[in-house]
Amino acid sequence: MPTRTLTPGGGVTERALVIDPGQRIPGRAAGFPLRREGPAKLTGVAKYTDDLVFPGAWYGITIRSTEARAKLIAIEPDPDVDWSKVVIATAADIPGDNIVASIKDDQPVLVPIGGEIRHHAEPVALLAAPDRETLRRLKGRIKLVTEPLRPVFDPEQSEHVFAHYDVKAGDLALGFAGADLIVEGTYRVGHQEQLYIENNAMIAVPGEDGGIIIHGSLQCPYYVHTALKRALRLTPVQARVIQEETGGGFGGKEEYPSMIALHASLLALKAKRPVRMIYDRHEDISATTKRHPAIVRHRTGVTKDGLLVAQDIEVVMDGGAYCTLTPVVLSRGVLHAGGPYRCPNVRLRGRATRTNTPPNGAFRGFGAPQTEFAAEMQLNRIAERLGMSPAELRRRNVYRLSDTTPTGQVLKESVAGEEVLEQALGASHFERIRERTAREASERRGAGIVPPDPLRSHDRRTANGIGLALAWHGAGFTGSGEVYLASVASVELTADGRLRVLTANTEMGQGTKTVFPQMVANELGVPVDWVEYAPQDTAEVLDSGPTVASRTVMVVGGLVILAARKLKAEVEARHAGVPFHEAFRDDARANGATRIDQQFEPYPGVEFDDATYTGDAYPAFGWAAAVASVEVDLDTAEVFVRDVIAVDDVGKVIHPILCEGQVEGGTLQAVGYATIEEMKLHDGKYLNDRLATYLIPTALDAPHIRAILVEAPFSGAPHGAKGVGELPMDVAAPAVVAAIHDATGVWIHELPATPERILAAMHEPGLIGVMERPS
Amino acid sequence: MPAEPSIDTPRHLFEAYERLAAGPTRPIAGGTDVMVAITGELGPIPKRMLDLSRIEELRGISLEDGSLVLGARTTYTEIRRSALCREHLPALVEAAATIGAAQIQNRGTLGGNIANASPAGDTLPILLAADAVILVGGQRGEREVPADDFFISYRKTALAPDELILHVRFPLPRGRELRFRKVGTRRAQAISKVVMALAWEDFGSTGWTNVRVALGSVAATPIRAHATEAVLDGAHPTPEVADRAAETLAGELQPIDDVRSTADYRRMVSARILHRLLRDAGGW
Ligand SMILES: Cc1cc2nc3c(=O)[nH]c(=O)nc-3n(C[C@H](O)[C@H](O)[C@H](O)COP(=O)(O)OP(=O)(O)OC[C@H]3O[C@@H](n4cnc5c(N)ncnc54)[C@H](O)[C@@H]3O)c2cc1C
Repeated sequence: MPTRTLTPGGGVTERALVIDPGQRIPGRAAGFPLRREGPAKLTGVAKYTDDLVFPGAWYGITIRSTEARAKLIAIEPDPDVDWSKVVIATAADIPGDNIVASIKDDQPVLVPIGGEIRHHAEPVALLAAPDRETLRRLKGRIKLVTEPLRPVFDPEQSEHVFAHYDVKAGDLALGFAGADLIVEGTYRVGHQEQLYIENNAMIAVPGEDGGIIIHGSLQCPYYVHTALKRALRLTPVQARVIQEETGGGFGGKEEYPSMIALHASLLALKAKRPVRMIYDRHEDISATTKRHPAIVRHRTGVTKDGLLVAQDIEVVMDGGAYCTLTPVVLSRGVLHAGGPYRCPNVRLRGRATRTNTPPNGAFRGFGAPQTEFAAEMQLNRIAERLGMSPAELRRRNVYRLSDTTPTGQVLKESVAGEEVLEQALGASHFERIRERTAREASERRGAGIVPPDPLRSHDRRTANGIGLALAWHGAGFTGSGEVYLASVASVELTADGRLRVLTANTEMGQGTKTVFPQMVANELGVPVDWVEYAPQDTAEVLDSGPTVASRTVMVVGGLVILAARKLKAEVEARHAGVPFHEAFRDDARANGATRIDQQFEPYPGVEFDDATYTGDAYPAFGWAAAVASVEVDLDTAEVFVRDVIAVDDVGKVIHPILCEGQVEGGTLQAVGYATIEEMKLHDGKYLNDRLATYLIPTALDAPHIRAILVEAPFSGAPHGAKGVGELPMDVAAPAVVAAIHDATGVWIHELPATPERILAAMHEPGLIGVMERPS
Repeated sequence: MPAEPSIDTPRHLFEAYERLAAGPTRPIAGGTDVMVAITGELGPIPKRMLDLSRIEELRGISLEDGSLVLGARTTYTEIRRSALCREHLPALVEAAATIGAAQIQNRGTLGGNIANASPAGDTLPILLAADAVILVGGQRGEREVPADDFFISYRKTALAPDELILHVRFPLPRGRELRFRKVGTRRAQAISKVVMALAWEDFGSTGWTNVRVALGSVAATPIRAHATEAVLDGAHPTPEVADRAAETLAGELQPIDDVRSTADYRRMVSARILHRLLRDAGGW
């Protein structure tokens, strides 16, 4: 199938999807289902975890370390307090392994006596009481006796390595020898908080069979399930996990919910009653996972024509105190570190180390936004050195069909880097506007671009800039991830004639509940309202894998379509000549339920060797380009991102409005990452761990975002979809920083590009000298 | 939820005075600072609270003897909508429009901003620059405190525990100009990194007089930059004067690094926005 672009008036005939968010086309949603859970959310009847009532439930809280690193000697409840009315749980109460099951067995559920506290917000004990007032009163009355240990905060100094990778292609020395220009650069990115609207929340209810039922806000029911079995020593049936309405995740509810579910369970088992563990925002920001900070070093060789001939890239990620998903985050980061560009001689090295800061984990983009920011910055600086347009440099290097990536993957299909680039350039009039901003800059006085003196205003108030970035995003899990997962998704015709989709994939605002029934209805030829979406309850659905890695529509959606096709074929075979939609009710009456469990099978021709890190790192890639326009206040260096054109190739658009929503949301999250979202730490503790101090863009700060969707289908999936969730997060931040450079003439090598950093860069060096000499 | 304090809701000032005289009581007006402190457990929870929301004597915007007088309970929304404020003190209207966003402006009050005495309180530099006088009162009587004497040290004010802020009087000298500039992290719901008010009177050839340069978020309290004022007093806003004033300000301020910004940025931006205001005033 050829690549298709969906733009207004783009002349798309086949099931026209017209997509321009600026345009209010009546009936634009026509033909596409409305959000399943939309009305309940809009009218306020949707029940999130904290809205659920369990009679007799107690409240639970976590007693955390206040030190970055220490040995735990004792936990001492104040003897003057009557503790008989409450429940305290410690590591000694854990029936199974004191481990939050994840990639490595390094993170305890609670630090045991004699164990090591490794970060500032580490859970040490738990307390449950009938009411919150008691908890508030008593939480300070449990003393932790500790022996301080020397903490490590610098990931480059840390000797404990969680994971490392080394990917090589070609001959680096030969590559540099043939280069006309060698450019070096070091780029840094900081933590980012997911900031879902609903804080983490879990309720544990003791089961009659000695087990536990979890109701919670979470992305991955089976991750929690696995964690419960391991630490509480439960059978698969005794552990039951039910996802409740979830107000956002962005990766932040991928792994940490396992910890909270275990805490709530320990208290519930001990108190013999349901226990509610509801985080407030402060606790949620201070304790739960963030995007990994990273330091990325580039050394690049190019010819004078701008062809990349050597890329030597080193990535260091800060894993925080425990491993969590760090190896996988790092792997994705490393595999994307070169950017979507052809280069014959490459070395990509990466390591992630342990520091005494709260653990970092999954966040939309999963390592790629960090390294692709660096890659795009590097490319922009090369373009500047060559005196070449950043668009032209990308045009010359972007991957094309049949190119080979550093892991030796030959890009056999679904390659749309060029397409998204040209679409973004065209829609934004990039070169024309760049000429204009360059003219404006040369007209400005003084150095030509910035006010000459750090203490003076400029005769112009503001400067405009435009910036471009390009990105790729490996679709689905890295390497053999999907093969190991072996997900199963089901479609069922029930004995009473209902149609149901059964997967463990969760709705957290992105639209799973809407698009799965839509895809199945489409296959079965029935109205979408006839297809139910079974609850994400481990007692009801099989493990179709986690809701992460932009894999839901692509991988699980593919399984669901295949299952629907089989169901249709089976039913129609039993009713020769009668189409499914007429036959299925009779079929159920006559034959009872029919359920198809579709298991993942490796995509044909996609092979990866985990030992050598070679082969097809991803079954396909999504491609994205963004052009950002900014206005920088020349007095204060405040950046206002005016608009972003975001062009994303998602393989196949299933639901244009939801898909656009992903592009807009991901773009805005990337704009926040680029400009204001900054986590400040002191001695390993987050300083701005409240909504008043960790700031994200408001509606007034949001740029106008124009999403243009491109379809370069992936043949391995029955529908051709490659996923959309993370792709837009990779590309907007470097576009914004390039635009800031266009406006001010300074490169900000560290995210976020705050006014503090921009102003300092505009007047380096000698700034402090001037400042400290009052006249 | 923490234990609920007991709350009194008097209708008259004298009743409020009685409650305050009876023992430690925390007034609550719009609650936009008090409630954040309570739910965030940022300090001890008050045992007794005094809800000011029914006391009409604390409301109203009027012109009295050449001064603009605002009741302590005046909300930012009321300031924004007030024709009197727009006519006589547009800088305050401008400041009100930058505070929080619509919800906060609907509840937050001028009196609350003053009593809360955050170094980042956005109206406070205006009070300082406008030589505002704060009328406070209690059972022991009423007294006027110049804004200049009100903010004593970090979050400590001249208000006694048994006193309320009643109203604020802004003198309106003829020919006085007043400018306001706030620098925050984002376009709404942003606490200031630097906030500045600049006032002067200009009678032509003698140059500027009664110059006030007042800033927030650059010290433990809202402050006036006296050395900078001295540079501007008797001068005209020429490029040379602006340069000198900006340099003086940068030398005079001693801001700190904190979660919102850095000392360097605050110092430099304070100088630059002063320079900008002077440039605009000078028309060059
Ligand atoms: C989301 C958010 C955004 C905000 N943004 C800004 C901003 O941009 N700029 C800014 O300056 N502030 C901001 N604030 C802080 C706050 O809104 C202001 O300080 C507001 O003016 C406080 O007024 P209030 O009536 O709500 O005070 P309250 O919370 O009711 O009281 C504040 C303090 O003043 C005392 N008090 C109140 N009235 C009196 C009185 N008449 N006499 C004596 N004592 C009194 C109270 O006891 C308390 O100590 C923000 C707050 C929030 C929650």
